Amino acid sequence: MKRLGPRIEEKAARVALWTLTLITVGVLVFIIFFIMRRGLPALSLEFLTSNPSDMGKSGGIFSTVVGTVALSVLAILIAAPLGVGTAIYLTEYTWGGPVTRVIRFGAECLAGIPSIIFGLFGFILFVTKLKFGWSILSGGLTLAFMLLPTIIRTSEEAIKSVPPAYRNVSFSLGSTKWQTVTRVVLPSAMPGIITGIVLSVGRSIGETAATIFTAGSALRMPTSLFSSTRTMSVHFYILAREGISMPKAYGTAAILIIAILGINLLTYFLMNRFIKKYS
Amino acid sequence: MTKNAAIEVRGFSQYFGEVRKLNALDLDVLSNEILGIIGPARSGKSTFLCALNRLNDLVRGSRHEGTIRIDGRDIYDPGVDVVALRRRLGMVFATPVPLPRSIYENVAFGARMAGVRGRNGLDAIVRDSLEKGGLWEEVMDRLETSGLKLSGGQQQRLCIARILAVKPEFILLDEPTSGLDPISTMKIEESLRRLKKEYTIILVTNNTKQAARVADRTAFFLSGELVEIGPTAKIFTAPDDQRTDDYLRGRFG
Repeated sequence: MKRLGPRIEEKAARVALWTLTLITVGVLVFIIFFIMRRGLPALSLEFLTSNPSDMGKSGGIFSTVVGTVALSVLAILIAAPLGVGTAIYLTEYTWGGPVTRVIRFGAECLAGIPSIIFGLFGFILFVTKLKFGWSILSGGLTLAFMLLPTIIRTSEEAIKSVPPAYRNVSFSLGSTKWQTVTRVVLPSAMPGIITGIVLSVGRSIGETAATIFTAGSALRMPTSLFSSTRTMSVHFYILAREGISMPKAYGTAAILIIAILGINLLTYFLMNRFIKKYS
Repeated sequence: MTKNAAIEVRGFSQYFGEVRKLNALDLDVLSNEILGIIGPARSGKSTFLCALNRLNDLVRGSRHEGTIRIDGRDIYDPGVDVVALRRRLGMVFATPVPLPRSIYENVAFGARMAGVRGRNGLDAIVRDSLEKGGLWEEVMDRLETSGLKLSGGQQQRLCIARILAVKPEFILLDEPTSGLDPISTMKIEESLRRLKKEYTIILVTNNTKQAARVADRTAFFLSGELVEIGPTAKIFTAPDDQRTDDYLRGRFG
């Protein structure tokens, strides 16, 4: 086969790559458009602030919003310190020996486990064995375990990307290891760490399989950590699956998408300010 | 001569794993002198500085033989507080490394880590250190801007001011002007001559002329060994060892 001329080849590559990008963006836009077209008509302030009634056929989704936020906040409150702490230990306090590799390998395996398995694990351990029941506590703990590997991984990368010279400077100025980690390494690694945590927030908001097993699907307004609750994504699943109300289902989906977009935008904004402050 | 030796190095070897980077060094550093250390790349000059402030401890597989005494006390003695030791020896690196924070916070960093609190005390330390480092005039009206926004030469003087804020006794400089233009270099050399009155300075340099300009005594390192040490004038005009002569004449290295 004869080779095409370099100019044509260059042009073909450009067109091909452009097409691939267009398809990617196209799919994303199509999904958002699809959901929004069906979901936006259902949206109103009342939809957001009133509780569902009649199994979700009428009313709003307020209790599911509260449930989702409670679960995600609890999960992040548990997973972020654990994950960032583990990442600090692995990168700053070990020489990268066999133990480190085992921990890292374990975390990576954890990342590959399907969320429904986490749900089952959470159900057996927290809901039945520890008798937390279907509750925000069980769901939050399960989600936390699920998010850990991502947070460890992203935090580790962020910490590793801090120039080694910063550490040398800090130590040579008479800082302890802990001071070096908290005053020099972590501030520089913070944008990367926050990115990882935000990705996790997004994932925990959208998670369905793990929460339906552990937090249950009660529509009541949760009153404590031991209340069962229904997250927005579970609510969407049940509304659509049981054919209760497609308009309400799409409305819920639209809120989910808007929330995740909003969180991402807010993070970019905060991160830019943070980076400006430190560089 | 050993009477006012501030640092006594005896039979000191440094290993990283199986690699020996310093071999049985014997030398004294005298109080309030500028000791220049010259030698080709990988001759162990920087490793020697990092042995003095025990920064080598941070490298995996680091171990040593022999002793280094500061004021008569072995710095590798298990009872030594490494953090306190490092405060006594301020180090300036080859590449200026301002931390990603304001000029003020860069200078105040060491003092804060040492537990200095209160704006007034810190303000005084920052001003004093920047003045001694010869940078105050240039930055006094923009202390809150990022240290990264300064020019290379200013950054390096910031780094010098930063170690002065910790009130060290020794200043270790690892090729401090290697990336700087002649005027910045001159300013730093001026600062060093001034600082000599209060501090003992060890200056590692790849620029032999720099050693000739500012060092009181000069040591020549080669492959981790001390070839010779003596008054700078003697090293540059009548060295005892042929290898020193060869290096200074640019026959190798």
